[in-house]
Amino acid sequence: MKMMNSRKLMIRLSAFGLAAIPGIALAEDVLDSGDTAWMITATALVLFMTIPGLSLFYAGMVRAKNALSVMMQCFVITCAVSVLWVMYLYSLAFGNDVGGFVGDLSKAFLAGMTVDSLSGTIPESVFSVFQMTFAIITPALIVGAFAERMKFSAMLLFIILWVSLVYAPIAHWVWGGGWLSEKGVLDFAGGTVVHINAGVAGLVAALVLGKRRGYPNHPMKPSNLLLTMVGAGMLWVGWFGFNAGSQLAADGGAGMAMLVTQVATAAAALTWMALEWIRYGKPSALGIVSGAVAGLVAITPASGFVGPMAALVIGAASGLVCYFFVVKVKQKIGYDDSLDAFGVHGIGGFVGAILTGVFVDAGLGGSGLADGVSMADQVRAQFIGAGATIVYCAVVSYVLLKLIDAVIGLRVTEEQEEEGLDLAQHDERAYNLH
Amino acid sequence: MKLITAIIKPFKLDDVREALHEVGVNGITVSEVRGYGRQKGHTELYRGAEYNVDFLPKLKLETAVSSDMVERVVEAIIQAATSGKIGDGKIFISSLEEVIRIRTGETGAQAI
Repeated sequence: MKMMNSRKLMIRLSAFGLAAIPGIALAEDVLDSGDTAWMITATALVLFMTIPGLSLFYAGMVRAKNALSVMMQCFVITCAVSVLWVMYLYSLAFGNDVGGFVGDLSKAFLAGMTVDSLSGTIPESVFSVFQMTFAIITPALIVGAFAERMKFSAMLLFIILWVSLVYAPIAHWVWGGGWLSEKGVLDFAGGTVVHINAGVAGLVAALVLGKRRGYPNHPMKPSNLLLTMVGAGMLWVGWFGFNAGSQLAADGGAGMAMLVTQVATAAAALTWMALEWIRYGKPSALGIVSGAVAGLVAITPASGFVGPMAALVIGAASGLVCYFFVVKVKQKIGYDDSLDAFGVHGIGGFVGAILTGVFVDAGLGGSGLADGVSMADQVRAQFIGAGATIVYCAVVSYVLLKLIDAVIGLRVTEEQEEEGLDLAQHDERAYNLH
Repeated sequence: MKLITAIIKPFKLDDVREALHEVGVNGITVSEVRGYGRQKGHTELYRGAEYNVDFLPKLKLETAVSSDMVERVVEAIIQAATSGKIGDGKIFISSLEEVIRIRTGETGAQAI
């Protein structure tokens, strides 16, 4: 925890060329009410991204018979991760480092945390809840990949194991003083920890579960694109908490993170819309919001390190690459990532992670590379961060899914899938219009 | 007595209802239906996944009229429901054996 804040401080100092001053002493932590006020707000914004933002975004994209099931899944993930977070996840992610891999259990059950505990200039309670909301949205993103066919019980078991064995360690690697932070990997708000991680887990889940019945020949039309657009708008607004909040302070860095987030998102949305307009003759609502989310994802790792012109490039690049991946590559390969958790979050996160290593360069308007680190070094570090996350997440996710499949089974029956998960799993319907 | 059934484009409903009212038709029943004909369907596209929608939404109007009104009623529907493009719909006329008003028990033309 402390390590993380000093690391962030070092990055901020390095932007002003101060990091090289020998013997610089970090002042004793003192609570800053401005920072605290902003971080409480940011935390609420990030929670708002999952419930109801992402939930609506997803519910609108699935068929009407499954709309409630994805909202239910996002909601139960929010609850389960919150409870596990205070029990042991916070400690695994931000406890004392054990071999660079994971935190110890010294903070299990939030041991030692009082109203006076500080994390940098904010209460540790606020820092802990802020990080909790990231641990909530990451598994919720995976829901998009296995939507419309996974058993509720298997989903819940998978998510509980996944946040414990995949999310917490990787959050520790990058933000908790683990080995990737030692390697200088830059991931400001979670391009690697959240988006590549969730995207890869989603791809593995889509492959292990197999396609939905009838995919891709049977039409699987979104039940309500209005909900999807409302959800996308909430994600966008909430993302200011995600990115500008990751500065952990109410200062110029947070302001710049907000600016680049807005710019990259708009650029990516317009790029996707334009590509679709050119290719199919009409701009689409689902297309423009898909592009917006791709842009939000890609700017996430970069948001504390790059300038607004770089954000335009990162946004446009992400819109372009994610468009081709979702519209072309996925159709060609033929796996069934229902709502493109991998195509948007995995791919967009990767684009952002790598471009962060390029545009952090002060010559390109960024906050500047660390002393003695070249752009090539930084890009290499970014590849290591993304690669390690991909390999670790893919392997552990695969093993977990296979184990759960063997013990309780992952998929609902064919009849249940045909009936829809709302009725089959919950005895409820999203819509009772008659 | 005849039962006149018309399949029309949904956006023509108000025009048709007004036209029928003018020729003295007092009641119609409308249902939302889907159909397939010479108009064919359309294509929907979601993130590159293309779906052909074969059945298009139409409205089905049903009204019972006395035999001497049939010509005027058909004329009114045609006038109001024509857009000139493929898919304007069809009118079916069938004989009607009996009509009964549930409230009063009246039968025949009285009950229309």
